[in-house]
Amino acid sequence: MHMADALVSPAVGGTMWAVSAGAVAYSSSRLRAEVDDRRVPLMGVMGAFLFAAQMINFSIPGTGSSGHLGGGILLAILLGPHAALLAITGVLIVQALFFADGGLLALGCNIFNMGVIPAFLVYPLLYKRLAGQDPGGTRLTFAIVVSALVTLQLGPFAVVLETLFSGLSALPFTTFLLMMQPVHLAIGLVEGVVTAAVISFVYLARPELMHVARRTAAAMVFPMRNLLIAFVCAAVLTGGVVSLVASKDPDGLEWAITRVTGTAELTSPDTKLHMLLAAIQEKVAFLPDYAFKKPVASEQSASARAENRGTSLAGIVGVGITLVLLIVAGALLKRGRASL
Amino acid sequence: MATIEGSMLDFRQLDLLAAQDTVIHRLDARAKVLVVLLFIITVVSFGRYELSAMVPFFIFPVVMVVLADLPAGFIVRKVALVIPFAAAIGIFNPLFDQEIRLSIGSFGISGGWLSCASIVVRATLTVTAALMLVAVTGFTAVCGALERLGMPQALVVQLLFMQRYLFVLADDAANASRARELRAFGNRGMGIGPFAAMTGHLLLKSWERAERIHMAMLARGFQGEFYLQRTGAFGLRELLFVAGWLAVFMILRFTNIPLLIGEAVTRLFIAQATIP
Repeated sequence: MHMADALVSPAVGGTMWAVSAGAVAYSSSRLRAEVDDRRVPLMGVMGAFLFAAQMINFSIPGTGSSGHLGGGILLAILLGPHAALLAITGVLIVQALFFADGGLLALGCNIFNMGVIPAFLVYPLLYKRLAGQDPGGTRLTFAIVVSALVTLQLGPFAVVLETLFSGLSALPFTTFLLMMQPVHLAIGLVEGVVTAAVISFVYLARPELMHVARRTAAAMVFPMRNLLIAFVCAAVLTGGVVSLVASKDPDGLEWAITRVTGTAELTSPDTKLHMLLAAIQEKVAFLPDYAFKKPVASEQSASARAENRGTSLAGIVGVGITLVLLIVAGALLKRGRASL
Repeated sequence: MATIEGSMLDFRQLDLLAAQDTVIHRLDARAKVLVVLLFIITVVSFGRYELSAMVPFFIFPVVMVVLADLPAGFIVRKVALVIPFAAAIGIFNPLFDQEIRLSIGSFGISGGWLSCASIVVRATLTVTAALMLVAVTGFTAVCGALERLGMPQALVVQLLFMQRYLFVLADDAANASRARELRAFGNRGMGIGPFAAMTGHLLLKSWERAERIHMAMLARGFQGEFYLQRTGAFGLRELLFVAGWLAVFMILRFTNIPLLIGEAVTRLFIAQATIP
């Protein structure tokens, strides 16, 4: 479920970065305000635990395939949402940096899909209500399984929306949705069963841990909850709209400028700097008009087609030459340094 | 699926590369974090059908590999492992986007294949940049840089703690996992029951370890605050490094160099062909 940079547009990536950074900053300030400094090593070690546990596979009965723990809900139950979000964020950063599992620009999306959703949406709004104050075995299992199912439906749904708004994948919305949701229904069920089993194991072995978790979670009030959720929704919506315009329509920015200023071109004072900027802009402006990037409309004339073909050929030849140059230069430089 | 030991070994190798002493390694970590982020944003800002203009961006990884003396084969292998995951989504593009956008002679290439190739090139560039960041900076320095660039301290401490205990717990996990494999006659696991017990034990072990760490920290005078050592300064060299790469990225972003070369070359050939 990790999203890669290659499938994210700057608008979507930036928006989700802002949303996730807000959630992380909020969690950090909440944790700072807490007096309990036992949390500091506990969070770090539990982050490492999650990382290690994710690498252990187990076979899923009846399917022949194997899966691993996601752990979002598990950490939220054990550590409370704020600490859980930081621990999950830590795991995602390490995975992005060392294993290229999810990109750096897509990190905001990934933190949201796998951290904010379980810790800030599912845990307080669903799990707490289902589990109640002091749940027995069956009720606890039920609450965990439902929470995991919902988490693993919302997460992939967010992936679908983020990918769609980025506009790089040509997958239609419904097809992508049908690819993601049913599979994650199964994954969510397994995640729920495994999480419930681990929690009840811990509960049997060290019941006081669960009481500590419950107490800290109960002490956590959510004065900003509604505000936060409203903010997240608004940000996702605006980000989505902006990126749709920016990615689908090549002249999206110009279109936006026309709307804002009422004129197609921004009028600029006639200074040296602006002349320079205008010169750069001219350079910039002729690029979106490459025949290469324009859709070949059926009514296009034969000459335009020929021109398009010429540009395409030139593009391919140029790419080949550039690649060869880069490889040769790299190899030569490397050898030159080695012989020094 | 790689083994736990295998992936941790890769992890260590990448972090070890950061211990080298080259021009790039000596730069302040903030400069490198900024340049890699700028690089990724610039690459990702290209339109969905752009392909040729993205290729010159390989100059960044090439120059960094050379200057920082990184093992190119190792980086290429690590990148090659990850690309299929990004390509898995892109491979559907040719199915849904069959409009011809590029033609060589009578051979047409649909927009779907173009955007799919574009996704693969993007993935290669961004993944390489992210892996290189750790290889030329080191995890601790990246965390320090992020802190000085405004990341909350709680998260920095979280990251540092996590990295410290990652190897310890991964070893635990690897041991448990190997023991289970031996008892399962080579099969990967024995279903969910033993997995839950195993993970539960790992969790309890980790929790107790955290409690011991906390007591040790208290014994050393921990009062809830961390004092991180700040090394390195953002000097002229760093400024030049960031400004230089920014300029390169901007030039490459707004001029399609392969296209220019290609046009020049094809024109040359056409000109020669017409001379009798």
